Amino acid sequence: MKLRQIAHSRTGDKGTAANISVIAYRAKDYPLLERYVTAERVREHFRGIVLGEVERYALPQIGALNFVLHDALSGGVTRSLALDAHGKSLSSALLNLELPDAAA
Amino acid sequence: MRSIRIGAGAGYAGDRIEPAVELAEKGRLDYLVFECLAERTIALAQQERRKDPSRGYDPLLAERMRKVLEPCRASGVKIVTNAGAANPVAAAELVREIARSLGLAGLRVAAVTGDNVLGQLEGSLRVQETGGTVADLGDRVVSANAYIGAKPVAEALARGADVVITGRAADTAIFMAPLVHEFGWSMEDWARLGRGTLVGHLLECAGQVTGGYFADPGAKDVPDLARLGFPIGEVDEDGSLVITKVEGSGGRVCAATCSEQLLYEIDDPARYFAPDVVADFSGVEIADVGPDRVSVRGATGQGRPETLKVSIGYRDGYIGEGQISYAGPGAVARARLALRIVEERLRLTGVRCRETRFELIGVDALHGAKLSSGAPEPYEVRARVVGRTDSIEEALRIGNEVETLYTNGPAGGGGATRQVREVVGVASAFLPRERVSTTVQYLEVTP
Repeated sequence: MKLRQIAHSRTGDKGTAANISVIAYRAKDYPLLERYVTAERVREHFRGIVLGEVERYALPQIGALNFVLHDALSGGVTRSLALDAHGKSLSSALLNLELPDAAA
Repeated sequence: MRSIRIGAGAGYAGDRIEPAVELAEKGRLDYLVFECLAERTIALAQQERRKDPSRGYDPLLAERMRKVLEPCRASGVKIVTNAGAANPVAAAELVREIARSLGLAGLRVAAVTGDNVLGQLEGSLRVQETGGTVADLGDRVVSANAYIGAKPVAEALARGADVVITGRAADTAIFMAPLVHEFGWSMEDWARLGRGTLVGHLLECAGQVTGGYFADPGAKDVPDLARLGFPIGEVDEDGSLVITKVEGSGGRVCAATCSEQLLYEIDDPARYFAPDVVADFSGVEIADVGPDRVSVRGATGQGRPETLKVSIGYRDGYIGEGQISYAGPGAVARARLALRIVEERLRLTGVRCRETRFELIGVDALHGAKLSSGAPEPYEVRARVVGRTDSIEEALRIGNEVETLYTNGPAGGGGATRQVREVVGVASAFLPRERVSTTVQYLEVTP
């Protein structure tokens, strides 16, 4: 199944980094996020777009993870050549991540 | 416990105006705050002020004020905004004139200055993004503004200002200032300042916490986005917060909208750097407490940064762009041929680009080849060529080469567009906080 079935997401930008939240709709699904949506997987998912490190912060009390994607915005909003200079559409790409079906 | 109601009237410079009027008329507010400055806005405003010393503030300021000053005055709502951009004093004079024309005698308008530190930048100051120094940017620097905190705004409110206009005050600070003023918070009460910063953080993008930037039909539905209501924060003396909106307005306030906004533009949630405090959002709890009412608690803070962030605007060459569309069978192949032709033309005609992108909107423009691979071929597609150049002439050539595909390129190309813009990049540096001093000027509306 896709991550989109159990979680929602929003992208923000800060300088040359993008951040993407991943938030479980139901508290009981949060452990699946913790287990399967690792910084390594997110980095691999965005290979070619994210040139730097990916950091993950956990906020279990609201069922959320926060990913910080360094060097992800081709030089930052103000100078990027990208159509989506803010990287706002990255959250939708992350929700396309495949999770094990048995997880549901 | 006493609480006050703060409405967010704008989340960026170009934001909708009616939601602010709705808040002013029906929000039962104490404060209406307009956040109108993105990173780059102030650099562009500074360039505008250089051309015309009476300008350099938010171009929508006059329209916003014409619509909200009367309802705000009628119900005693004070206004705070960073729409002064590069020229808070001229903005305050404009607001005074508008208030006078509306017959609002006695209204007090304050302008906070001191964020402009262009004259204080030393060449040796390190620039975060480039790894170099300010000196390396040479004469390309057009602006330098320090992110100032809540204190001068709170001071202006304490001295009776009805409207406070700043330049580069931090987004969160203009929302926190009314709390500092109303509740007499100490500027060293880190826990409360942390909570006040969270109030600002959740409100500063206006509609983004009331259902904007959230809808995903079938997965996350939001009613009536065309009439999206902007948020109201009810804050008590301890900084506990309830987010809500005007009853009957469009949108939706729920734990999910607030959670998304809590993490919007956040790095380490335990260390959110604001001018007045390093806030800690890592333990924040969010709960639905009624229809379109969400309680947010548990933020705190630890000390304040020794330095203030300075946003440096600098000229960084030009970007030229051209686009053209193809549709029907073979559209993608024709569009890819178009891209190859333009690439070769730029080489043949000697257009020097420091960086280029050749991509297909509808196929791989947003996320590149890897993430879009395996997707079915679209019915229509738009070829996009964009490049960074040192000269405006070369930037123009990029769009021209796309346009000439009409008569020289693949079959069926339509809807060519081209544009050129001068790039004003933004980088950051840090100044010791004692080097930045602010001043407040007061203007009163006379009959």
